Parts: sequence; structure tokens; C-alpha cells
Amino acid sequence: MSIENLERRTFDTLVIGAGGGGLRSALQLAEADAHVAVVSKVFPTRSHTVAAQGGMNASLANVLPDNWHWHMYDTIKGSDYLGDQDAIEYMCRAASHLVYELEHQGVPFSRMDSGKIYQRPFGGQSQNFGGEQAARTCAAADRTGHAILHTLYQQNIRAKTHFFDEYFAIDLIKDQDGFILGALVLEIETGEPLLIEAKTTLLATGGAGQLFRTNTNAHINTGDGLAMALRAGLPLQDMEFFQFHPTGIAGKGMLITEGARGEGGYLVNKDGERFMERYAPHAKDLASRDIVSRAIATEVREGRGCGPEGDHVMLKLDHLGRDVLYKRLPGICDMSKTFMHIDPAEEAIPIFPTAHYTMGGIPTNRFGQVVVPVDNGQESIPGLYAVGECACVSVHGANRLGGNSLLDIVVFGRAAGNDIKEYLKNNRYHRQIDEESVVTALAHLKRWDEPAGDGSETVSGLRAELQKVMEDNCSVFRTEDVLQEGLTKVLEIEQRMTNVHIHDHSKVFNTARIEAMELENLVDLAIATVKSALERKESRGAHSRIDYPDRDDVSWLKHSLYYKEGHRMDYKPVTLKPITVESFPPKPRVY
Amino acid sequence: MRFKIHRYNPETDDKPYMQDLVLEDVTDDMMLRDALLILKAKDETLTFRHSCGEGVCGSDAVNINGTNGLACKSRLSELKEPIEVRPVPGMPIIKDLVVDMEQFYHHYREVKPYLTVKDPIPEVEFKQTPEQREQLDGLYECILCGCCTTSCPSFWWNPDKFRGPAALLQSYRFLADSRDQATTERLQELDGPYKMFRCHSIMNCANVCPKGLNPTEAIHKIKKMMVKNLV
Repeated sequence: MSIENLERRTFDTLVIGAGGGGLRSALQLAEADAHVAVVSKVFPTRSHTVAAQGGMNASLANVLPDNWHWHMYDTIKGSDYLGDQDAIEYMCRAASHLVYELEHQGVPFSRMDSGKIYQRPFGGQSQNFGGEQAARTCAAADRTGHAILHTLYQQNIRAKTHFFDEYFAIDLIKDQDGFILGALVLEIETGEPLLIEAKTTLLATGGAGQLFRTNTNAHINTGDGLAMALRAGLPLQDMEFFQFHPTGIAGKGMLITEGARGEGGYLVNKDGERFMERYAPHAKDLASRDIVSRAIATEVREGRGCGPEGDHVMLKLDHLGRDVLYKRLPGICDMSKTFMHIDPAEEAIPIFPTAHYTMGGIPTNRFGQVVVPVDNGQESIPGLYAVGECACVSVHGANRLGGNSLLDIVVFGRAAGNDIKEYLKNNRYHRQIDEESVVTALAHLKRWDEPAGDGSETVSGLRAELQKVMEDNCSVFRTEDVLQEGLTKVLEIEQRMTNVHIHDHSKVFNTARIEAMELENLVDLAIATVKSALERKESRGAHSRIDYPDRDDVSWLKHSLYYKEGHRMDYKPVTLKPITVESFPPKPRVY
Repeated sequence: MRFKIHRYNPETDDKPYMQDLVLEDVTDDMMLRDALLILKAKDETLTFRHSCGEGVCGSDAVNINGTNGLACKSRLSELKEPIEVRPVPGMPIIKDLVVDMEQFYHHYREVKPYLTVKDPIPEVEFKQTPEQREQLDGLYECILCGCCTTSCPSFWWNPDKFRGPAALLQSYRFLADSRDQATTERLQELDGPYKMFRCHSIMNCANVCPKGLNPTEAIHKIKKMMVKNLV
């Protein structure tokens, strides 16, 4: 495909990714009569938002007293003080409105006898700044993500948003002044590239859970947007912070919602001990995720794990009773039975921490604008936005609270949509793209049509190796030696990528080519993750260094920025100043 | 374990064929999707859709030994050998196990699958009792995999006119919602000999649904509402 006969389309806004973040933005824009295109490598309702189970946090106070300020405090504490407090204030203030809006759009939330939305307790939630447990997570049984994603897609059908389903995004397109002006994408069905020119481009491509061998994520979660940003010369922020969800099904990785513990489930070791009482005397099983994951890993390491290999612990739910279980948690009951032949109403579920969520991502401000450091401040990249798991606002800091990711995507999806509307008002005309950046993107695609190196490597082989290295060398507990070895290994894999060639050169629905490009993305993100982890010499949130066991606010209360070129690190300060209220200064984090 | 897998590459094959493949070391907890992934690692031209691997994204509907189902929820040890894997029937085949789903999505869009409210919107949530909310159970969980619609003989005969079980289930999902105010429009839209009344209660849809939903029952309920709406 040469640049001369490349098909081109023009829109006001290009949204890449059709999960909750992308769809919420698209809806905002379509309703404002902007000409918006949504590109997704899968049909929108296949996006991984669909798999979110437990719910979405908002201080509706339907069950227990609550307000947004308490939610803000919990989120900052949960983030181990690495979250930006202006963005967190914005999110927590907006939360209730956004939940009501979703309800008006049709989300079938579970209900209380009063007719109000049902809310369940989740980890890290408190009343009155660290007091009693709160109940802040708005739930549609344990299928909240499914309910929200389908509703947002349905609303986009109503708004007549223009979808490009099953198109894979390859690279961002720029001009010489650094404006981002769309992307080169590939129509999977035909194998033909398409250039989508747009005044604004929003990345909403989700996380990169496929970095790890055992994960809760879908096959598609390969962090494509993050890698596109890296290749465009932009940094990625806080990539060392990867969340391991405490309750993945042991050995398989499927997620058992935190809502299971919210409804009263608890963890036991091989002695039948409720061990979380030792690690978090107050919050117990509803401590925040990093703490529960470390506790489980510690139990197993110290020989108190269950099963013949002693490699997991058990999640006990049977005491809740069949009625409650099948009413509140029907999805996980079904999943346990399908995948493990276990009925949670009768038997405990074997679980172990599992790679779950990318806290790091493309640095943005609370308007969804992608920002980079300049001199003593930062400036936005004109025309480029990012929201959701691929972005780092940062509302999750070093550890995300359960129930805050569905919130994040709708709050910042909407905020970015609003900011894009303003941008479009001030930038009425399309700018001339730099054809060189199109040539580069086309060359990137073409690389996979040609034999490379000695062809000794395969995509599936290298991907499995990469995932194993990440699991062995960049997991719940980390040390200098293990991370250094991990970095050496991922850099080796990067080198070996030059020897991968694919054997399927057909055009029509060539998934081999797509998976090759996804692997390229994963390799870049693995390096970003391990390098950032190696450099951060402290323990904070999900980043737990055995050799640096304490949080170090003097040296490390700052965001990491990783650049692809030269694997360079930079740092920027955490925003400790909220928008209107007093700052929450860092203090010891006890649950 | 022996497999027969439907193969078709439109760029090189005149017509589809069934390929015999064998997989060693099949363990008891493996699903069909796991097998397809191993086979793809050996032959990367093998093409199928899949994503979440836990039955919620609805990508990997295929026809397994003559019955539609999700590859990720179909346990190999429960399937008769050789395991025949074909694309879901009645849809244009793009490649191997991948079909063109546009007709299916078209019918979904046509039932206006979104909440329609005419009254002013409250500042907080619409009130809905647990009993009213329960009416949506067995409806909202649909994952749009297409197992039901592509197993429905009425849909095979009239794919352009009959909405099919998935779209009709979604139509009823909104008819059953206490918040929705477009009942008359929804019922009128489905009137006539084809859109809904091609359903002859064959029940294939309910038998194959990987989420245990029952579109036939939903269709019956729509018919009842239509009668009630007339009198």
C-alpha cells in the first residue's frame, strides 16, 4: 500500500477504543453535533469494560452516610498519596451526578426496597476520613461493567455515532508543530489501511494486563494506545504501578469481584485462619487491594497456602447463603461452576493475586488533555486526549481502589468530551498533516509483510516468554536483582523481535498480523514497566520493594515518566493541592 | 484429542473445507478456546474471534458438534470426538470461523435498544422497586454473541426481515423496564408478519444461550403485551 492510493477519511474527532471511556466521550461529542468516529479493534460491546463486575463508586449515601469528601480521602489514601488531589477531588465530586446520569440512560442497577440504587461496601472505603466502613459501590448485581458498557453503546446508537468496528490503530499522525491529527488504522476484515484525519484524537484503548502470564484481562488488553504514545515520543507515567487483584481464580486468573468480600466473604489460609485480621486489624478483608494481595502472597510464601502445592488461599462465601449469593453475585457463581466445577454456596474458591489493572499510563490533566513536562511546568499536546485505563490522570496513584475504574472512565470520558468541544470551537479548520508521519506509520505496518531477521522467533512463543518474565521478575514483591534481571530479559526480547516473522501474509482478517503488532506494543510496555520499577527505590502502593520496604516521601513523592528513546526516566511532582478543599498531606497508611 | 475445523481463506480457497487436527495433552479443565489457541500457535493462519475467555464479551460464538456455543465456556472433556468446529450458521463467512455479523447488529439497532423517557428527568435516580428491577433479570445479561439468532430456522429463512431472538429479547428488555415510556412505539414497530411473528417457538434460542436466557419466553411476553395493548 503506497501513500498515493491510501484511503483517507476526515472527522472532527477520532476516538480510539470503544470501552466505557471512549463511548462516554463519543456520546458527549455526538450529542454536541461533532463529527465523531470511534475506531475499535473489536465490536464495542466486546471491550473489556464488559468484564468489570463489582460496581462504580459514588457517595450517594443510599445505604450508609457518605459524602464526596470522604470518598476523596479514601482515594488519596488508597493511592498511597501518589494520586493528584485536584483530579481526585474533581472525580469524587462528579461521581454521584455521573451515576444518576447512567441510571437515566438505562443502566439496570440493583435496587433497595426504597427503590434507590443498591450500594455495597468495597475495599478501602470509610466514613468520616478513616472511620467505619462505607458502602459506596453502586452495583448491577456483579455485572456492572457489562450493564454500563451496553448502555453506553446503546446511547451511542441513539446518538448515531459513527463506528469503525474491527479496525486496529497503528500509529498517531502529527504535523510539524507537534499537533496530533488522527491515526493510521487497519481495517481487519479487508487488511487495508485507512488514514483517519481529525482535529482531535482521543486514546481510550484500555490497559495492558496481557503483560503478565496470569491476568484477569482479555486477550485484547495489550495497551495499544500506550505504545502508540511512546512511539510518538510521549512519556508514560507511573508504569511501575501495576495492580494485582487479590482474588483471581488460582492458576487461571479469572476475576472474582471484590464485591464477594464486600458482601461478607473472607479469605482463609490452610489452617482455616482469617489471616487478614493480622494484616489489617480494622478493615480486614476490605483493606485496599495492594495490601490484601501482599498478605496472600506472604501467606503462601511462609507455607500457609492451601492445596497440594500450597500455592493459593481460599475465598469463603458459603456462609452467605445460596439466596444472597445467587442474587448479589450470580456472575461469579456461574463462573465458578463453569470453570472450576465449584458451587460457591457449598465450597470455598481457590484464589491468588492476579495481574489486573494498569495504574500508569499516558500523562493527562483532569480535562483529559495529554500533558508533557516543559521547563518548570507542563504543557498539553495539542489535539491529543487520553482517558480511562490507558491514561494516568492520576486518580489512582500507586494503588487503585475497587469501584474507582468504572467511575474514572465515565468521569474523564465526559470531561474529555467537554474539553474537545471547546478545542473544536477554537480550532475550526483541519491542519495540514505531515506526510512523513504517514510514511513512518505505513512502514510500521509493512514491516509485518516482509521476512525479518532469521525468522527464528514466533509471535506466540515470544509473547509467552515475555509474560513469564513479567510474572517472574515484576510481580507483587520486587527486588533490585530480580528487576535488573527482568530488564535484561525484556531488552533481549526486544532484540529478538527483529527475528519474528509471521507466516500468514493474507489480507482478509489476518489476526496473525494484529497479534504481531500487539506483541510489539507489549514489549515496549514491558520495558517501560520494569525500568520504572527498577528505578523507584521505595515501596508505595502496588510497587513493593523488599530491599526498600518503606515509603520514602522525601525522595519519591513524585510521578515517574518513562520515554522510549534511550529508555530515559524523568520525574514530575504530585499535585497535592486540590481544587477547593484542604490538601490531605501524606501520613502512614494503616487499614 | 481429534478436531475437525472449518477452514476457508477467501484469497486462496475456492470453497471451505474441514481440516483434521489432533491435539495431545488435553487436560480436564481445558475449554475449546484453549485448544484453538494452541492450534493457532502451531498454525497462525487459523482464524477465530475471541477475547475475554470467561463468557462475558460474546466474541467466540461458534458451532460445536452441531450446536452453537461459546468456545471459552465449552469444556473439551464434555464434547464428543472428533470435535467439529464450524462458524455459526446462516451468516456470510469471512474466514475460517469468522462470520460477518452485520445483519445481526442491524436487527439489534432496529429495535431501538435504549431507554426512552418522555417525562422530565429527576435530579436523582428513577425509583424502581426490587420487584420491578427483577423483571430485567434474564434479559439485560445478553452478551450479543449471536448463538441464539444464528441457530434459529426462522432467521435462516428470513434473515433480512425477522429480527431474530437476540434483538427481540432486547426489545422486551426495554418493554419490561418500569422506566421506559415507549411501549406503544416498540410494540407497533414489531407488528406485521415478519419482524416478530416469524417466531414459531422452535426454542433453539433458549437451548443454546450460553447465559441461560430464554428469548422465546420474552417473545411470548411481547405478544401478550401486543394483545393487551389492542384491547
